[in-house]
Amino acid sequence: MTTDARDSIGRWLARNSWVGPLVALLVLYAVFSALVPESFPTAGNARTMIRQTTVVGIAALGMTMVVILGGIDLSVGSIVAFTTVAIAWLLQAGVAPIWAALGGVIAATLCGLFNGALITGLRVMPFIVTLGAMGIIRGAAKGLAGEQKIDAPLSWLNELIAELPAGSRWQILPPGVWLLVVLALVVGGVLRYTRFGRHIFAIGSNEQTARLCGVKVTRVKTLVYTLSAALAGLAGLMQFSRLTVGDPTVAIGLELDVIAAVVIGGATLSGGEGSVVGSLIGAMLMTEIKTGGTHLGLSNWVQEIITGVIIIVAVALDRLRHRPGQK
Amino acid sequence: MSAPRLRIDRVSKRFGPTVALDGVCLEVAAGEVHAVVGENGAGKSTLMKVLSGALTPDEGAVHLDGSPFCPAHPHDARRLGVAMVYQELSLAPHLTVAENILLGVEPSRRGFLRLGEMRRAATAALAQLQRTEIPLDARAGNLPVALQQLVEIARSLAQADTRVLILDEPTSSLAEDDVRRLFEVIAALKARGLSILYISHVLEEVQAIADRFTVLRDGRTVGTGEVRGTPSSDIVRLMAGRQMDELFPRSPHAAGDPMLELDGVAGAVKPASASLTLRRGEVLGIGGLVGAGRTELLRAIFGLDPIRRGTVRVGAFSGWATPDRRLAQGVGLLSEDRKAEGLALSLSLADNVTLSQMRGMGPGPLVLPSRQRAAAVRWMQRLRVRYRDTRQAVRELSGGNQQKVALARLLHHDVDVFLLDEPTRGIDVGSKADIYALIDELARAGKAILIVSSYLPELLGVCDRVAVMHRGRLGAARPVADLTEHSVLMEAIGQA
Repeated sequence: MTTDARDSIGRWLARNSWVGPLVALLVLYAVFSALVPESFPTAGNARTMIRQTTVVGIAALGMTMVVILGGIDLSVGSIVAFTTVAIAWLLQAGVAPIWAALGGVIAATLCGLFNGALITGLRVMPFIVTLGAMGIIRGAAKGLAGEQKIDAPLSWLNELIAELPAGSRWQILPPGVWLLVVLALVVGGVLRYTRFGRHIFAIGSNEQTARLCGVKVTRVKTLVYTLSAALAGLAGLMQFSRLTVGDPTVAIGLELDVIAAVVIGGATLSGGEGSVVGSLIGAMLMTEIKTGGTHLGLSNWVQEIITGVIIIVAVALDRLRHRPGQK
Repeated sequence: MSAPRLRIDRVSKRFGPTVALDGVCLEVAAGEVHAVVGENGAGKSTLMKVLSGALTPDEGAVHLDGSPFCPAHPHDARRLGVAMVYQELSLAPHLTVAENILLGVEPSRRGFLRLGEMRRAATAALAQLQRTEIPLDARAGNLPVALQQLVEIARSLAQADTRVLILDEPTSSLAEDDVRRLFEVIAALKARGLSILYISHVLEEVQAIADRFTVLRDGRTVGTGEVRGTPSSDIVRLMAGRQMDELFPRSPHAAGDPMLELDGVAGAVKPASASLTLRRGEVLGIGGLVGAGRTELLRAIFGLDPIRRGTVRVGAFSGWATPDRRLAQGVGLLSEDRKAEGLALSLSLADNVTLSQMRGMGPGPLVLPSRQRAAAVRWMQRLRVRYRDTRQAVRELSGGNQQKVALARLLHHDVDVFLLDEPTRGIDVGSKADIYALIDELARAGKAILIVSSYLPELLGVCDRVAVMHRGRLGAARPVADLTEHSVLMEAIGQA
């Protein structure tokens, strides 16, 4: 291979930071398939893994925007819990499922508007604001639920990410997963093909430059935190679908899984970099390790250690990619 | 005459093809205040970096009290007795005055601080400055800048047997009273036998405090002598004295309608008052010293800083406006700080060029990367930027090419009023020439250009008229034919 060709491949890799995680995803798939050939490489298992990634995946779409912006959103797990409670509460009060779901997502969106307004209005670091919001929203969820799970009548909401019944196999994947796919295309498209998206990258890369170029920084930031919470609300809807109850103690620490997915996918916490594809691959990778570990009969603690190692290794490899002096 | 305290002998330093220091010689005696003067870019800061250990010279030698002095890094230089107080203060704002003075050399026993000893040592250091009234327990960040500076000087005295103290533009952020007090401190240190290198381009100060002076120009020592008996105009001639080169294309510009009118504009702190009229097809320069308020004026016009008084009129619009409104009115700003503000270094060329203007980049509200790249390619060719791919990060380009990318953004936005802040700072001569040619071409095409520059040949070479700012006040703009480097410099230091 000529030096030129090698250089241009190197540059292509540097621009597309999701390639590394994708390779890891495929290699691990091959390894688990070789180790547990009877149960791991089946279509059923693949569908299960995809269904299990939906909650983290949808939340990761919002977090990808936040991280590219150079921010962080720690309130995602609490918003998911609050949404499940809100939906169950509305269903129990006799509201139709569609309106209950919408109500839950709108409540989540308002949480994000609150985050964004505080971050831009008070000029407090996003870490602090969303750390506070994490506690406030978790507390509100517990208050609304009276510190216990809220039972809700069963409805079609509970089938969003369930295994498809025999008659609907033509859909290939349950509707919740299709929602993730559509949302991923929309968020990916917005980031790449709209002014708003380019402005998110610009603010994350250099906020002063963005201001110099007339970008409405406050508006973009507020909108990004609002969208992140709206997507967390949709993730909450998926969580509710799986639980069938409103649980104020669900999804504790979920925000860290979401951040891990985004970071494994090639985003940097200092902002200006990241991609939807990468984040989804990151989320898939984490599910894959958990599932593969279970199939292998590894204990939970071993899986947790492996996931932790993967996060550090992924980011360390990413640093190599950004080695100073590399052309 | 005994051996000098500090002797700099034919020191040279190159950065790639740029010669920053070219055989500089300088001698300072014990107990002498020696002023180092020169225009921006004359090599003052490079020389000071060599002395403070931040840079190693390529050639030449430095001797301190007769023995070779070649520090490996700034801490090494301090240990050997040469301490520098930087323009940007480097105190830890959350620590107290005493903790700052003894940072890194805290008296301790088995890891426990000896608080009494600490106070004694800090007080002793302040006593050398005759400023023991500075409270030892105050948080450094809460002190006024003038006192922070003294704490920093005290620190350099407390931490080593300091024999040479370098003060880099020490008065740039001080009020007049504080300057007088600083001079008392300098006199006290001088009486104790310390040698002081005083870097400044404010000649009044040099005459008030220094015993001898050395003038640097283009990295060379062009003159040295006793301050007493040397008229300041002689020093100015040594600083400037250079022929205008062939860099500047001169074609007649026809000034048209007013595009930008300022009337008594005052910012939050600076400028104090600025009025001017910039016309279509005109290049208007603003000269003055660093810190006079020129950058602040451009930022206030562009809406990055607030305006306290006065009016800004752009065409038919009057009043303050935010940067996005200014851009919509056809006003663009080139930042003096390319890295921190002017460019998003980690983003691609294409993103940087099109950041402020993405209309017409795709169907409806969409922005297609392919069109962003096509637009970027057009401007990169037009400005002769050396690049590999419009998708590459701007960080990878050289300074001159980065500056062209920043300019390309204004061209792509098709602004009519260009506010250029130090447009050629820190870039190579070839890129400078390209940018001068571009400015000339823009003026002929009917654009209005306002340039802030600290480089006098550039101001006089490129502009049609020049106004000078001194301590926040902007003087009247005059045709360059009526000006010389000498007259601009005299006005800049307030001796017009």
